[in-house]
Amino acid sequence: MLAEAPKPSAGKRTHGWMGTLRGHRAHPMEWIAEKLIFAVSLSAILMIFLIFLFIGREALPILFGRMNSAARQEVIPPDQIDKISPEKLQAYLELTPKEFAEMDRETKIALMEVRVEEAQETRNHPDAAINTTGWRYLLFPQKWEGYSKPEYIWQPVGQVHKYNIVPLLVGSFKVSAIAMFLAIPVSIGAAIYVSQLASPRTREWLKPSIEMLSGIPSVVLGFFALLVMATVLQRVFGYETRLNSFLAGCALSLAVITLVFSISEDALTSVPRSYTQAALALGASKWEAACQIVLPAALPGVFAAAVLGFGRALGETMIVLMTSAASVVSWSIFDPARPITATIAAELLEAVVGGHHYRMLFMLGTLLFVFTFVLNLMGDLVMHRLKARLEGKA
Amino acid sequence: MKDSTRPGVGLKKDGFDWFSFLGTGLTGLATWLIIAILCVIIGNILYQGWPNLSWRFLTSGVEEGMFNVEKSGVLPMIVGTASRVILMTIFVIPVGVITAIYITEYAHTTSPLIRLIRGAVNNLAGVPSVVFGLFGLGFFIGFVGRNMDAVLNPNSAQPIWGKAGLLWASLTLAVMTLPVVIVATEEALKAIPLGLREASLALGATKLQTVLRIVLPQAMPGIMTGGILAVSRAAGEVAPIMFTGAAYFIHGLPKSLSDQFMDLGYHVYILSTQSPNIEQTRPLLQATVLVLLLLTFSLNIVAILIRARMRKRLRLLH
Repeated sequence: MLAEAPKPSAGKRTHGWMGTLRGHRAHPMEWIAEKLIFAVSLSAILMIFLIFLFIGREALPILFGRMNSAARQEVIPPDQIDKISPEKLQAYLELTPKEFAEMDRETKIALMEVRVEEAQETRNHPDAAINTTGWRYLLFPQKWEGYSKPEYIWQPVGQVHKYNIVPLLVGSFKVSAIAMFLAIPVSIGAAIYVSQLASPRTREWLKPSIEMLSGIPSVVLGFFALLVMATVLQRVFGYETRLNSFLAGCALSLAVITLVFSISEDALTSVPRSYTQAALALGASKWEAACQIVLPAALPGVFAAAVLGFGRALGETMIVLMTSAASVVSWSIFDPARPITATIAAELLEAVVGGHHYRMLFMLGTLLFVFTFVLNLMGDLVMHRLKARLEGKA
Repeated sequence: MKDSTRPGVGLKKDGFDWFSFLGTGLTGLATWLIIAILCVIIGNILYQGWPNLSWRFLTSGVEEGMFNVEKSGVLPMIVGTASRVILMTIFVIPVGVITAIYITEYAHTTSPLIRLIRGAVNNLAGVPSVVFGLFGLGFFIGFVGRNMDAVLNPNSAQPIWGKAGLLWASLTLAVMTLPVVIVATEEALKAIPLGLREASLALGATKLQTVLRIVLPQAMPGIMTGGILAVSRAAGEVAPIMFTGAAYFIHGLPKSLSDQFMDLGYHVYILSTQSPNIEQTRPLLQATVLVLLLLTFSLNIVAILIRARMRKRLRLLH
């Protein structure tokens, strides 16, 4: 093992195999410890990979159209039990191999009879033969039995499970957009004030106090929105439905404000003081220096803050879960909406593990993960560029 | 606004500077608006919750029914939340600290791998909490737990590990709070002067000895801050544990790692959305919210104080 450890050569003895400053010839234990530290440090990458893998894995059957959610499936008459292979029968009865092995013949026949009865019940339902997990039904409106025109419906209960994801997407984006619309001016304004205009003494206590807001758990914000804000907003705006997307957006903006504030405050503070000092020396007021010199320099960072804030808004769960109601496709801000996160949280425990509803919710989770991943990556890249630029100039 | 961007025009000082006045006023207003919202939320919760808080409430369970205003308490939830958070700390602190040590002490600052690790950490910090819940369900319960059941007790009909439980909730939270610990530790390690490391190396200590005996003790307050921030973040999270361990109602306290538990945050959610009579159970809800808020806030304040002390001490060191 010692042989593998780098031999400090006379010339460049300060650089080991990891390019680090090393005291003297590495001890075997030292070598093992370094390898271990290296292995553990990959955990964050591993976790991102595992999240993608294991959420995507549950969603794969939906993505590839292998799932069949039709209420009326092809039935095998009970008297044919000996004619089909055990594997086929097991798949037909949706049993695990262990359950199948433990079950006696009579139980299997009984189960098959149940299947036949179920099929007869749904025979008269015109939509019962539709596999609602097909992409066509996920994305486009469908004229369901009992509706007069094609509609987008998410309704994973009843005989025909309707899995149109458009209402959920609309809900997510609508609520997040309201939250961002409210949060961005307030948080960026506050970031400019705290980082550039306030006196150092005020700044010292303003910043931690604003960051206290991020210490409030989202379930508490949800509680506050549900029991206090809902009543106040309804009285002020006089709308009809108590729980609507405007309320959800307002509550959500509370969670987004602190995030956008601290990232853009960071970006504004990272602009070298010499910029401001030069502007002030040329006769600009504090506000002019902040608005015309510092803000343009830190603009990518402020943009990144908004992007990351949007990602947070899309992914926030408890607040929207507690303030959201029915899923309707409507762009009116006073109509209720049901974002993706709320749907997953509310329905996952009721879904049969491995069933189409369960997999559909994992598919939504994958979608959410990909959305936020892209947004985070964008924000991260922009911040990185900004830091590099400012450090290069400073 | 347009005029002020033209060179020279905004710099005129021959009169009252309306732009600056308005700008300062508006941004100041935004700041005070946030502070006011914060005060309203905290004030409301304190004012409504305080009269309902009592020693009996803190020390009794839910045996008499969880919606019973006179008799039910939050002891099982406090125990459940505390145990999941303590377990989480045991998992997340070593991994987070070691990762931060690798990033700051061992790796090249310019290596692409560091870029990758940092990117992963930043991304992990932005993953929605409900996605962590799905991950815990799909990976820890559905994959690890089920395979553990298959190996450890193949004959048992009931799953022991392949279902929601304390261990899986803690592990899910550990994955979620990993970035918090990494970032805080990194910050603490970076603040330690290079001279200390060089002195140690010059005296013949190895790299590992330097890290363990010189760097880490110095970074201890920073690591503690990270740990406390992670705990306060995790204590209030509900979405990741909804599918991985929290129970709607359960008798007694959790006894083993595979048991489900009751949780403060989840209880707040249940009381505010599933209560049979929201007006009647409101005192319960308000007191529970207050307990949760006091818990997370006191942790946050401790973290802020430690950080402030640390910064002061480091200023002396430099």
